[in-house]
Amino acid sequence: MQTLEEKIVDTQKIRNKTLISFLCFFLFITSCILTWKWVRSQPEDNGAPKPLRAVLNTNEKIFMGLFANNHLAKSYPVKDAVPRVRVNGDAGMSNNFDASKWKLQLVKVPGDTLYISIDEIKALPKTEIIFDFKCIEGWSQVTHWAGVKFTDFIKKYGLDQQSQMNFVGFNTPDKEYYVGIDMKSIVHPQTLLCYEMNGQPLPMNQGFPLRLIIPVKYGVKNIKRIGTIFFSNERPPDYWYERGYDYYGGL
Amino acid sequence: MGEKRIIQKHPLAIRWFHWINFPVLAVMIWSGMLIYWANDVYFLGWGDKTILKFFPDSFYKALHIPFRLAEGMSFHFVFMWLFAINGLLYVSYLLFSKEYKLIFPNKRSLKEAWLVLLHDLHIKKGLPPQKKYNAAQRIAYTGVIIMGFGSLLTGLAIFKPVQFYWLCAALGGYEWARAEHFILTILFCLFFLVHIIQVLLAGWNNFAGMVRGFETKKITTVVHAEENPTTETTVTN
Repeated sequence: MQTLEEKIVDTQKIRNKTLISFLCFFLFITSCILTWKWVRSQPEDNGAPKPLRAVLNTNEKIFMGLFANNHLAKSYPVKDAVPRVRVNGDAGMSNNFDASKWKLQLVKVPGDTLYISIDEIKALPKTEIIFDFKCIEGWSQVTHWAGVKFTDFIKKYGLDQQSQMNFVGFNTPDKEYYVGIDMKSIVHPQTLLCYEMNGQPLPMNQGFPLRLIIPVKYGVKNIKRIGTIFFSNERPPDYWYERGYDYYGGL
Repeated sequence: MGEKRIIQKHPLAIRWFHWINFPVLAVMIWSGMLIYWANDVYFLGWGDKTILKFFPDSFYKALHIPFRLAEGMSFHFVFMWLFAINGLLYVSYLLFSKEYKLIFPNKRSLKEAWLVLLHDLHIKKGLPPQKKYNAAQRIAYTGVIIMGFGSLLTGLAIFKPVQFYWLCAALGGYEWARAEHFILTILFCLFFLVHIIQVLLAGWNNFAGMVRGFETKKITTVVHAEENPTTETTVTN
């Protein structure tokens, strides 16, 4: 058993030791306060103080390294899916949207754009998923979606070269909402270009006619009403990233 | 006589781990509240009856918590590293230095902790003999270490629920893990409250021990009127 060491020491020595210890203690407190003030006074990089942004970007590298294609979001039986799905954002959902004129714009390379109708997308193999949709605010809901796997979409439209790039960018038709997503998450087997919710065509406020369902990301990356898809080696613009959130948003 | 008896209490490493943890945990709890605010669903109560809402609006207002989710997340996911690294170093130090023997409870701790409680509440006099910590402290401090692990694991489960799906499942799923993470934080706050009160009650010498590492005790010398005067020390507190 350990025992506490005891000894008899000169009072002067005790006083000196106490003084030095408390000096270090106050230096420590002061440096904590100064570090805090320094962090908060740093210029911002996309809404986050630069030193924090640097760590968030490092976190992205670390957790992207842990990312595995066979780690799946848990799936649920149909009966667990909620009938009333929460609607939590309307950025990019402008009222003057004309669904009859909608076509997906797939930018294969700048200057070479494919226009794809919803019927062409629906003709591809259909995949269903019932999973716990997770909002960055902290709530989650088991919801039921169906669409085409992004990997099937890649196969169909010959996007092998594009899928070697680092990111995919998405915009709404009005360009009001936009996200960028790393390729590893895009080719995850649960990532869907989704056109159905609870067995019905997507409601308007859920992004009719086509939205992204990507269970390995927070809800903010599950962009509603996709207008354009493009590929890039640099991070495509991202709505919430610009407002101080982490770019990765991976789960 | 210009001399005092000192008792070595806290090794330098433990003092550093302790004081680093203080601001780090403070930032974690504060940024955690900024995050929690965005979906503040927990309350104490049953059915329609709410005894305590986490948290009342006045509390949020006073601490300027509303609409700072992004800020909370960025601080939380930076300081989580400091919390985890400091905690893991602390636990490794406890194990390698054998210091854990002074902290982890032993067979007698449960019974003795009861006696400590009765003593602290002024119901019963006298304490069982102790080394560095009494039985109640052993249980409380070991409990806090376990809570720290709990915060780390539940935090990881809600941070990356797909990559750590096995952890998330083991903790009862995503929503349970979030609730557990929250409860642990409340327990940390309660621990902190009791800890502060106990430190205030214990007084300067005890507090200084966490800064300078030792406590002092007065010595009285008794000189025996014999041929070879020997110095005998008796300890008073």
